[in-house]
Amino acid sequence: MGMSLQQIVFGVLSIISIISALGVILSKNPVTSVLCLIVTFFTIAGHYIMLNAQFLAVVHIIVYAGAIMVLFLFVIMLMNLNAEIEPQKRSWLKYAGAISGGALLLVLLAALREASVSSLQPGAVEIGLISNLGKTLFSTYVLPFEVSSILFLSAMVGAVVIGKKEGHES
Amino acid sequence: MPVQYYIFLSIVLFCIGVMGVLMRRNAIIIFMCVELMLNAVNLLMVAFSKMWADAGRVDAAGAQIFVFFIMVVAAAEVAVGLAIIVMVYRKSQSVDINIMNRLKN
Repeated sequence: MGMSLQQIVFGVLSIISIISALGVILSKNPVTSVLCLIVTFFTIAGHYIMLNAQFLAVVHIIVYAGAIMVLFLFVIMLMNLNAEIEPQKRSWLKYAGAISGGALLLVLLAALREASVSSLQPGAVEIGLISNLGKTLFSTYVLPFEVSSILFLSAMVGAVVIGKKEGHES
Repeated sequence: MPVQYYIFLSIVLFCIGVMGVLMRRNAIIIFMCVELMLNAVNLLMVAFSKMWADAGRVDAAGAQIFVFFIMVVAAAEVAVGLAIIVMVYRKSQSVDINIMNRLKN
């Protein structure tokens, strides 16, 4: 049985994303972790394109790689954390963390191995295009959309209040 | 291509995130692992959206809207969380997560 092009692309993207996700948690230098996480996000955007979610792929790259990871990098550079100064956990705690994560992995894989879900068709669907999503967002989900704008406003105010230097009048 | 491939990929990414949260002490790395877990869930939700769209459901776009809202909440969370981490660093010159133990007393 030959592999289709879709499966080959899926395999390559999955391998890259898993390796770079492992790089996030295994590298000693926080800057390397951030760069690995950016690679993971780009491969996840590739998965979105393969799943016909073009709008989400673009938003994902803009929001995560463009905004969130730059914020992380900015904070790491600001604190001068790029030296390897992280105090290490006691090693048995590390092994306990790895073992419990692996146990969760095994349990989830074993539970969902036999799940009966249908296959994805190779053909394109128009569900992820921006016109379709925009119609859905502004008809059915218009109230959550407006609430999320209030959430953003309060997050912005909260970040400014928390990050403000204290000690002028208080 | 079976949807199970995507389920397995999401499980692996999620568990890598869980391991990172349990193994590391740097608060920023832990925060990044939380982002990784959110993304694993997003990927799974997009895969299920494609599955339902293939089955002919017209409301399959709801899953993608949900992913969109998860991204919105993640962005807001990162803004506030990084502000808290910067403040903790300014007080204690460290981003070690065990510093938070001092909040008990």
